[in-house]
Amino acid sequence: MRDQPVTEHQDRQEETAGLRRPLGVRSGDGSPVPAVEGVPQERRKPREAIFELGDVQVSYGPKPAVRGVTFEIGKNEITALIGPSGCGKSTLIRCLNRMNDLIPTAKVEGQVLYHGQNLYAKEVDAVEVRKRIGMVFQKPNPFPKSIFDNIAFGPRVLGMKGSMDEIVERALTHAALWDEVKDRLKTNAFGMSGGQQQRLCIARCLAVEPDVILMDEPCSALDPISTGKIEDLMMDLKREYSIVIVTHNMQQAARVSDKTAFFTVELDDEEHRSGRVIEFDDTDKIFTNPSDSRTEAYVTGKVG
Amino acid sequence: MSAHSQAIARASGSRRAKDFAFRLGMFLCLGLAIGLLGLLLVDVARDGAGRLTWDFVTSFTSIDTDQAGIQAALWGTIWLMGVCAVFIVPVGVATAIYLEEYADDTKWWNRLIEVNIQNLAAVPSIVYGILGLAFLVRGPLSLGPVILAGGLTLGLLVLPVVIISAREAIRAVPPSIREGSMALGATQWQTIRRQVLPAAIPGIATGVILSLARAIGETAPLIVIGAATVVAFNPTSVNDAFTAMPIQIFDWITRPSNDTNNYAPLAAAGILLLMILLLLMNSVAIWLRNRYEQKW
Repeated sequence: MRDQPVTEHQDRQEETAGLRRPLGVRSGDGSPVPAVEGVPQERRKPREAIFELGDVQVSYGPKPAVRGVTFEIGKNEITALIGPSGCGKSTLIRCLNRMNDLIPTAKVEGQVLYHGQNLYAKEVDAVEVRKRIGMVFQKPNPFPKSIFDNIAFGPRVLGMKGSMDEIVERALTHAALWDEVKDRLKTNAFGMSGGQQQRLCIARCLAVEPDVILMDEPCSALDPISTGKIEDLMMDLKREYSIVIVTHNMQQAARVSDKTAFFTVELDDEEHRSGRVIEFDDTDKIFTNPSDSRTEAYVTGKVG
Repeated sequence: MSAHSQAIARASGSRRAKDFAFRLGMFLCLGLAIGLLGLLLVDVARDGAGRLTWDFVTSFTSIDTDQAGIQAALWGTIWLMGVCAVFIVPVGVATAIYLEEYADDTKWWNRLIEVNIQNLAAVPSIVYGILGLAFLVRGPLSLGPVILAGGLTLGLLVLPVVIISAREAIRAVPPSIREGSMALGATQWQTIRRQVLPAAIPGIATGVILSLARAIGETAPLIVIGAATVVAFNPTSVNDAFTAMPIQIFDWITRPSNDTNNYAPLAAAGILLLMILLLLMNSVAIWLRNRYEQKW
């Protein structure tokens, strides 16, 4: 797998590994986080890192589903995770808010730092984590309740103070859905279109005032018009939130994201598939001048 | 005729005949099942319809068959069903929630519990009667042959069915709903209490009603625990002795009829009343399912 030409960046990175601590990268015991090949560290200087991933590996059972994930997710940025099916993008995004806890066999190794705090430390409560790190899923999953109750559910269970009417209106306005639904707040959310349902799910997530929004292929079940609305919404939301999005749609990643991580699938000797990050960089660079030939082949459509 | 039109022409005679024969065979089986039931109903209705009056519902049983009614047994049955429901709903739903939402299937004790519940659903009702007699009527609880003991015995009898149907209702709530709720920072209990259970209630209620419909016709366990046959008062508490409709019907059937006393129409009228109650309960279950069932 190391047959591609070594770039200048990699050279420099290897020289300095362990000597220089790149901005924001730290680990609990002070040891340097292992560098990833093909990731020029000079380029990734987020203003402030929300997540710092250090050699993260997630397994379901004995074999890893995704491994060797090292990159940072910056504040008020949209970070896209792209790559072929089965490369572990969804697995990785689900370990950022500990949704993988719900799968008994899932095991997360390596470092997942959230504002410098290890998300998988013993004293961390997964429920508290999910309050701050919201998630929007692939298929819109409104609750079988009214539009109002869908939004109000989160604030209610979290015991948020204030007028529920205001909370609901604010969340729906924020998700650019208020004008479409303000006259039918009491009707069942199942009566909405797919695109509206997905924006309702985003609004539901905004209502609990998270810090980060994780989106796992949020537009894969939607038509291009609904997709466009959600992309506009994401551009709007990144002023206040940090967003991580998994997408199969490369144009979408190119359109909306600031940083892109390219994942690929590797087969080991026993034919076990596991995902791996090949390249993480500014989205512009990934799509116009990628460092790795595999990234280039994927983003230009030669493979995948 | 071209080769193509020949190829798509009607299937050959023998294939069509087979197709028809199977359809006919299955229809006849259906006809046999429904026909026998219909015959039974017509027979009972002919014997009992004339006797099924308001007086029959509001009179106590009597040696004079012209005066006899089913009031005590009707109220006994209503009380029994009440005790049974109060027992099976919380216990059955809690068990189903544990097995569906919390239990780790890979642990042997949880698998043992599951297999046992499946098996318990198939245990003959008289065995539950013996259990009720040994543990509720006599033995550790020594409640005596009262409504509480009868209701609990019937509850034990239908509990496995309630658990199984409640589990199915809970399982029908898609995992995406649980994920959506947990992703908002709800705890597992909040997710169950506010998302899973409300969505599963129509299915659970349907299962409970169908279970009660099974319990209402049970005779053997009640006879074993010592339910009375001739009762001329309505129960006023769970600690009263009681009779129930199937027991009253059984008692009437076993009595010899003569010129002055004819018990057969009484029994038939009792059966009709029981059938009407059953049909009502099943109708409510169907209505509940159609009205409130969540389409995902």
